[in-house]
Amino acid sequence: MSAIEFHNVGRKFGAYEAIADVSLAVRDKEFIAIVGPSGCGKTTLMRMVAGLEFPTEGRVTVNGRVVRAPGPDRAVVFQQFALLPWRTVRENIGFGLTCTGTAASEKRKLVDHYIKMMHLDGHADSYPHQLSGGMQQRVALARSYVIDPDVLLMDEPFGALDAQTRTVMQEELVRLARDNPRTVLFITHSVEEAVYLADRIVVMGKKPGCIREIIDVSDVRTSEAWQELGIDEVMDLPSFVHLRTRVWRLLRSQMDDE
Amino acid sequence: MSTLDEIMPISVRVWWTVAGFLALLGLWLGVSHSGLIEARMLPGPETVASTILRLMHESFAGSTLQEHLVSSLGRYLLGFGLAVLIGIPLGLMMGWFEWLDDLVTPFFEMLRFIAPISWVPFAVLWFGTGIGGPLLIIFSGAFPPCLINAYRGAKMVDKRLIEAVRTLGASNYRVIKDVLLPGSLPSIVTGVRLSAGIGWQSLIGAELIVVSSGIGYLMVQGQANFATDIVMAGMITIGCIGLLIDFSLRVIEQSISRKWSQGGGSQ
Repeated sequence: MSAIEFHNVGRKFGAYEAIADVSLAVRDKEFIAIVGPSGCGKTTLMRMVAGLEFPTEGRVTVNGRVVRAPGPDRAVVFQQFALLPWRTVRENIGFGLTCTGTAASEKRKLVDHYIKMMHLDGHADSYPHQLSGGMQQRVALARSYVIDPDVLLMDEPFGALDAQTRTVMQEELVRLARDNPRTVLFITHSVEEAVYLADRIVVMGKKPGCIREIIDVSDVRTSEAWQELGIDEVMDLPSFVHLRTRVWRLLRSQMDDE
Repeated sequence: MSTLDEIMPISVRVWWTVAGFLALLGLWLGVSHSGLIEARMLPGPETVASTILRLMHESFAGSTLQEHLVSSLGRYLLGFGLAVLIGIPLGLMMGWFEWLDDLVTPFFEMLRFIAPISWVPFAVLWFGTGIGGPLLIIFSGAFPPCLINAYRGAKMVDKRLIEAVRTLGASNYRVIKDVLLPGSLPSIVTGVRLSAGIGWQSLIGAELIVVSSGIGYLMVQGQANFATDIVMAGMITIGCIGLLIDFSLRVIEQSISRKWSQGGGSQ
């Protein structure tokens, strides 16, 4: 059984068809990147898995169950971080555990673990506005990881960060994915980010939003052991360059259709 | 001017206020002593001041001025407190549950046009002239700003924050308590301040008609005895206490909104 399944999913707003006939099966612990021109409905697809929006046709299932509401088995990392401004870093990370009624001592242990893992030591009692964008996104990642979700949904999580911070965060995410494998849906505008992070890349087209092609990266990644290399080294590999060009051409053709 | 500033370096704007106050007092003093208006109709400021002092240790209408004030304040705090305790949670809940919004809003919008004073006949019939009647009248004045501001505040909270906590498993209760309440705090505090002012006004209105103690009652008794100085003493007391309530809530409001904007509530 696949972790996430889209069965002929469609989404209409009145007469306007935003998404049509999307079918996709995401395997357990698979990292999927979704790229596509703006307005292709990639965020809508992700929100349907989160239970924040619902298809008008077809259905979305997670672990075999149809999604009807948001839940802590599917954590979301938003581009704008969406941390509670009136709570400290520690309180933000622990929020989901409070909701699920985790015992205080257990909660403290878990939160401490993720504070260390995300290099947030010394900032546990700071408020989000006192942190840089990169650190705020680390808090958001920790907040999602700590509740141990089956599925992680990331909507351009590094889109609001500067280029250097973004690179660091991409490497962090690869490290996290290696040490705590999860099923991930990752939306991005960056082709390089998609090729570097994903097992498979879903390229979408628009009018209406649909899947144009799915590109498998996992064989190359595993055989060349990308996860052991830094992002700069990976980006120099001929295999990486080849994949990047391929995804880029596909994406270009979707944009040229306009 | 420069010498004044050297002696007392207070900003010019304070002097304008002081000047206005002194001018009004001078006008009052002048007119009341000119013989144009009977002293019984317009007692001078010095007479009213001495009346206030006299009322503070001599009973009038059953009690001293302080006792009347305490009885007014007790009634006020009860009605105002009830409005805050019901209005804020209800407003937040209406901002979250759409069905509750649809259920309450039309009804509430209609009731809102019935001014506190228009509740008097109904309040007396149903709750009498003891504590119940006045309480309903204060409540009818103080309740709407609490409810409306909590509701609007909740509606203004960043939707992404709500979505984020829902995906973390937050219950409805947690969304309201941990996101909507802190997120709408500045709006709520403004609502409480407005509600405190309107509640105080409504209380005096209620006391003019229905009770047997309190500042409003003192004024009615003053009027019955043709004691304009007592009526004016009551009005000055109402104004001063109202000013004091508003001032203290303004201070709280400013400190909260300062903290809140520092905390990046705008994120």
